[in-house]
Amino acid sequence: MPSLKLSERSPERDRRGAEPLLIVRGLTVRFPVGRAGFWGNRRLFVHAVDDVSFEIFRGETLGLVGETGSGKTTTGRAILRRVPIAAGTITFKGNDITHVDGDNLRHLRRDMQLVFQDPYASLNPRMKVLDLVGEPLVVHGVVRRIREARDRVRELLELVGLPADAVDRYPHAFSGGQRQRIGIARALALEPDFIVCDEPVSALDVSIRAQVVNLLQNLQDRLGLTYLFIAHDLSVVRHISHRIAVMYAGKVVEIADRDEIYENPKHPYTQALLSAVPIPDPALQRTRRRQILRGEIPNPVDPPPGCRFHTRCPIAEDRCRTDPPPLEPKRPEHLAACWLT
Amino acid sequence: MSGEVTPAWKHLLEVEHLEVRFFTRRGEAQAVRDVSFTIDRGETLGLVGESGSGKSVTSLAVLGLIQLPGKITGGDVRWKGRSLLGQGGERYARSIRGKELAVVFQDPMTSLNPLFPIGTQIGEVLRYHMGMSKSQARTRTLELLDLVGISNPAQRIHQYPHEFSGGMRQRMLIAMALACEPELLIADEPTTALDVTIQAQILELLAELQERLEVAVLLISHDLGVVAQVCHRIAVMYAGKIVESGPAEEVFPRPGHPYTMGLMRSTPRLDLIQARLVGIDGAPPDLVRPPAGCPFHPRCPLAVEECLEEMPPLEAHGGGREVACWRAFTEAVGAEPGAGSTRG
Repeated sequence: MPSLKLSERSPERDRRGAEPLLIVRGLTVRFPVGRAGFWGNRRLFVHAVDDVSFEIFRGETLGLVGETGSGKTTTGRAILRRVPIAAGTITFKGNDITHVDGDNLRHLRRDMQLVFQDPYASLNPRMKVLDLVGEPLVVHGVVRRIREARDRVRELLELVGLPADAVDRYPHAFSGGQRQRIGIARALALEPDFIVCDEPVSALDVSIRAQVVNLLQNLQDRLGLTYLFIAHDLSVVRHISHRIAVMYAGKVVEIADRDEIYENPKHPYTQALLSAVPIPDPALQRTRRRQILRGEIPNPVDPPPGCRFHTRCPIAEDRCRTDPPPLEPKRPEHLAACWLT
Repeated sequence: MSGEVTPAWKHLLEVEHLEVRFFTRRGEAQAVRDVSFTIDRGETLGLVGESGSGKSVTSLAVLGLIQLPGKITGGDVRWKGRSLLGQGGERYARSIRGKELAVVFQDPMTSLNPLFPIGTQIGEVLRYHMGMSKSQARTRTLELLDLVGISNPAQRIHQYPHEFSGGMRQRMLIAMALACEPELLIADEPTTALDVTIQAQILELLAELQERLEVAVLLISHDLGVVAQVCHRIAVMYAGKIVESGPAEEVFPRPGHPYTMGLMRSTPRLDLIQARLVGIDGAPPDLVRPPAGCPFHPRCPLAVEECLEEMPPLEAHGGGREVACWRAFTEAVGAEPGAGSTRG
């Protein structure tokens, strides 16, 4: 991975600590989907994540954006060691965690948690809030019985802005935004350093979404949390992230500081993605140059050779159709995978 | 608008004091309360609101698709001056629905029948409403698919819905809705289930078709950006009521109702850096027991005594703008409006 340089860091990042909390190198995830050929001897794979590298620093939020099927969720799951990893390494707090198992994996999971997208599907309707939020404490042996977790759960609920008397109620008594707070409280129960937020506000209404986004930011400030924030909504990602990685068809195509990527996108896909987001101001929206991409995301079973974006790219050349471009620095702290920029 | 063309009716669609209730075990939910608006030929009206605001129920009422436990309990819906409600109205509604008045729903996955090829499904509309023969319908179907930007229509009409992506399916539904050259297209969250780049394709298609076919559009959406891009006029709904309406170009930069202001401030924007979003505290009210007075008062930063007691009427504020608020156009202290600070 000679293309990734960590030397030139902004002063702000240095204050956060020079050593990244998480380093991902060449991460590849494939899912078997069947066989082909006369004898069935050719195995087919969905190439969900292909040779993805990035790092996340302590106390920062890395936004991971992409459309359906870009591999952003699978990347998050792979980091949490929830899906088998075909190749690459994941280093967390200086330890290689790519192949840890058993007790070590269990121990690791105390430090890395997940907040889910759907606050309706992710909470068991038959469990009280006490059990939902306190369960991780029991599972990891912090307390022996759920009763002993009561005070801690009340604390956690207050931390996420829910009334302490919510402990004895069931999820149905709460609105979508409140349920998402319960999910966040559960993720915080074991005092993790790192949280993967997988589309945590996508299912919420606008006014509620802002409350939850603010909560996540406040918790980060107070507890020094590090987030991998996965979302398809570029406006939300811009708002909450320090740095942003853009994924397309299983590859990271661009990664840079938040403002840099929005003001100075280098990859044609990032440019098109940004121009496609409508801005709620009709006068301004009319003057924006909108670049509309033709076609759709390629089939992940049989991704196109060369740059995976070349089938939709407005500026693709012959080389793009044969050689995959490396993710390389285009400006300081700004990597993009494109031959033509 | 001038009425010189057809003196018999003024507006294409008129909704007047519409009331819709749902009779649930917990009591009557007042889903739509005293909603009035009009749509003229070739115009695009955006109906904006969050879940439970009544925007979709309003569109279903226009289409005559409210079913028990829901019921239209008051008001009127008129198409070209004739009521779509009541005894005679229902027959009239059946004769125009799907023909002059068409609809595209949010979810392209469930709106198509998985058991029939798409050609058959679009052809059915033409044969039913336009009385076309099989071969006429086929020719027209090919034209329509071409119109909505589907390449190779002659082969694709034999394919089944599962062979198409979400964006393609949404194009099918638009083709189906446009089959009979409707005068009004109701689009209920047409791009919500789609990715941003596909959303951009569909919005472009809608705008292009609207220009070419001069069809009026009622766009229902929770996404302020989508509405800003497509609509001439917007109406903002909250707890079953329209709280603000007016030309999109006026309302977005200078919202008059505290709820609209709150929505703008809660929406993160691509073109601005906001240190913190200013959300709206609390949650929308229970429609079975809506609060007295203005439904927004429990969450409103500007609420005064009057707001707790009396529902403010939708009042004209010039330039075609209407706001239902006792303190319209009052800025909350210490809060910048969502837009306005963006230029430059």
